[in-house]
Amino acid sequence: MKKPISLCFALMDAPFESARSTTALRLLAIAAARGCDLQVFAYEGAVLQPFAAQQRHPNAVHGHSVEEENHFLPREAIEAIAAEAERHGGRLDWVNCGLCVDERGAGEAVAGVRRGSPVDFWRMARECTNTLVIPTHD
Amino acid sequence: MASILFIESREHFDSADGGFCAALAPRLTAAGNRVDVLLVQNGVLPARAGARDCAMAALLGAGVPVLADDFSLRERGIDPKALASGVRSCALDVVIDRLADGWTVIWH
Repeated sequence: MKKPISLCFALMDAPFESARSTTALRLLAIAAARGCDLQVFAYEGAVLQPFAAQQRHPNAVHGHSVEEENHFLPREAIEAIAAEAERHGGRLDWVNCGLCVDERGAGEAVAGVRRGSPVDFWRMARECTNTLVIPTHD
Repeated sequence: MASILFIESREHFDSADGGFCAALAPRLTAAGNRVDVLLVQNGVLPARAGARDCAMAALLGAGVPVLADDFSLRERGIDPKALASGVRSCALDVVIDRLADGWTVIWH
């Protein structure tokens, strides 16, 4: 059986703040649909991308209820990407930087997210077919 | 010879270093490397025909293939037909293609 392509991504952006997060999730979704072995190292604010306590909210300015607003939640996108990867024979291994998690009180993450350190990123980058780093920009 | 894909997410009006790819890609191309530039997010704004952007002109003038993410174009109301000559609309899949093929992919 042919070994799936493994891709490593390093993310740094917090959710709801940057178009980079949207692009990163789009890239992961494309790779998941191809059955890639996805290894993500989330650093700094990116550890909040899979934060389990993210909640939808209404939009009073537009007069939308919670259901009508249907606010996008990155944690749900990450769960969907993991399911999509598995459906196509791949997997998503998401590692949150432990120190970054502690700083932000972001320990409560969706299923499948594990705690690690930059050493995990080094290991992922060594083992994967290729790596893409999406850094912050301020 | 290396194969390099630059992902340019910035442009001159929101970033002082919007010319990063324009400075590097032509020189890497001239040195014999295969270099493509993919514009994403606000990076697609200078790709409009008629936009005054010396970085885009430098890239196109050097013959560097310039691609523009179709989703980013749609988000910003840019019709692919309104792109500068030499810029081609494409799906973001190209990034995964290049990663899988072993290209060096650099986000900016």
